[in-house]
Amino acid sequence: MREISVEKITRTVRDLCIEAACDLPQDVENLLRQAKEREESQFGRYSLEKIIENVELARQDTVPMCQDTGLAVIFVEIGQDVYIAGGNLVDAINEGVRQGYTDGYLRKSVVEDPVFNRKNTGDNTPAVIHTEIVPGDKLKIMVLPKGAGSENMGALKMLKPADGLKGVKEFVLKTVAEAGGNPCPPIVVGVGIGGTMEKATLLAKKALARKAGEHHPDPKYKELELELLEKINKLGIGPQGFGGRVTALAVHIESYPTHIATLPVAVNLNCHAARHKEAIL
Amino acid sequence: MSGIKKLTTPLTVEQIKNLKAGDQVTITGVIYTARDAAHKNMVNALKEGKALPIDVKDQIIYYVGPCPAKPGQVIGSCGPTTSGRMDAYAPVLLEQGLRGMIGKGPRSAEVVEAMKRCGAVYFAAIGGAAAVVASSVKKAEVVAYPELGPEAIRRLEVEDFPCIVAIDAEGNNLYELGVKEYKVAE
Repeated sequence: MREISVEKITRTVRDLCIEAACDLPQDVENLLRQAKEREESQFGRYSLEKIIENVELARQDTVPMCQDTGLAVIFVEIGQDVYIAGGNLVDAINEGVRQGYTDGYLRKSVVEDPVFNRKNTGDNTPAVIHTEIVPGDKLKIMVLPKGAGSENMGALKMLKPADGLKGVKEFVLKTVAEAGGNPCPPIVVGVGIGGTMEKATLLAKKALARKAGEHHPDPKYKELELELLEKINKLGIGPQGFGGRVTALAVHIESYPTHIATLPVAVNLNCHAARHKEAIL
Repeated sequence: MSGIKKLTTPLTVEQIKNLKAGDQVTITGVIYTARDAAHKNMVNALKEGKALPIDVKDQIIYYVGPCPAKPGQVIGSCGPTTSGRMDAYAPVLLEQGLRGMIGKGPRSAEVVEAMKRCGAVYFAAIGGAAAVVASSVKKAEVVAYPELGPEAIRRLEVEDFPCIVAIDAEGNNLYELGVKEYKVAE
């Protein structure tokens, strides 16, 4: 049994929130730079130049690259041999979010109730927390601040098994086409296939936490990722929706076994500020 | 993008008639921020026969909810938000003489029709380039709905705020023209 204090968890979440908002991961930045090289549209190139200039400025001044510093989505993998000492995990994480969004001068974008009381909670809590118990004695925390511009463009469809691969492709392409310039392209496309309704959407979100441009370990899914990326980039939406060759930087698919009678597909889009930071305690 | 057109607010109908979808512009002067909640409040105020908290005639509204300013900053990062969420409210403000909107992403047919009818232009700023945008803001103060926090209406003084004319007063639409040009038929 290894002991990890709630203070340590709070401090880690705090730091990850600030870092995620201000420092774009290198994997995403590399894809943006490659995109600028191959973009043919003048407005597309202009957008990518501004986006890259912004990434550099945000990192240099430790300011958020986007004002929508998101709802804090937190994935926690808890080793089954870890003992969390001195308090409870959820409070520790929310305290970390509170401190990070306050100390980092990040925007607070959470409202108390979705329908009846859309009043800002003032400290960006509560976070959306996904925990998973895994073997080992480590605790992995991943912070994925998620802006609403791209989140609003996601979709879920419960396909029939007969819809098959063709149905999956059509649904992904339709979702990206309908999103158009709204989710701040060039986007990262997270696709969750299989499981149940909620499992598919969680897989789609998890897919966004993957290092941008890395592929599914199964070659058949890798091929599907590449095919979808090519087809998405033929849609012509381009950076910011101004038209162009680069609509998506990457397509990430996560898959899971499913029921004999269903084929769930979820698409979760991320903007070019595809923020994700992690730490292992 | 042949040459950058320099605009100074307030805008007149004549000024915006010279703007065409795809023009690169810089905006200098006073602009006002408003997004979802502030739009809802303003449209409700008009419905109740009350005055708007700001005079929108010939003005530009920028769809943004900025980050808090760090010590020494005028304003925190402040890139555009998705304009489509304001589509339900925009025509009402255009009827009041609003001359320009800055945001990101496409607009509804109703908004484009109202722009043509009232004489207004829609500018796109680069979504996600929020730190760069902040550097063109020289002054910021909350002028209405302070209780809305990041969604309060702010009066900004901007200098050379870079934008692209996305939809002009004749309804020419960069989002449609651009995508058409680069779409590859399967």
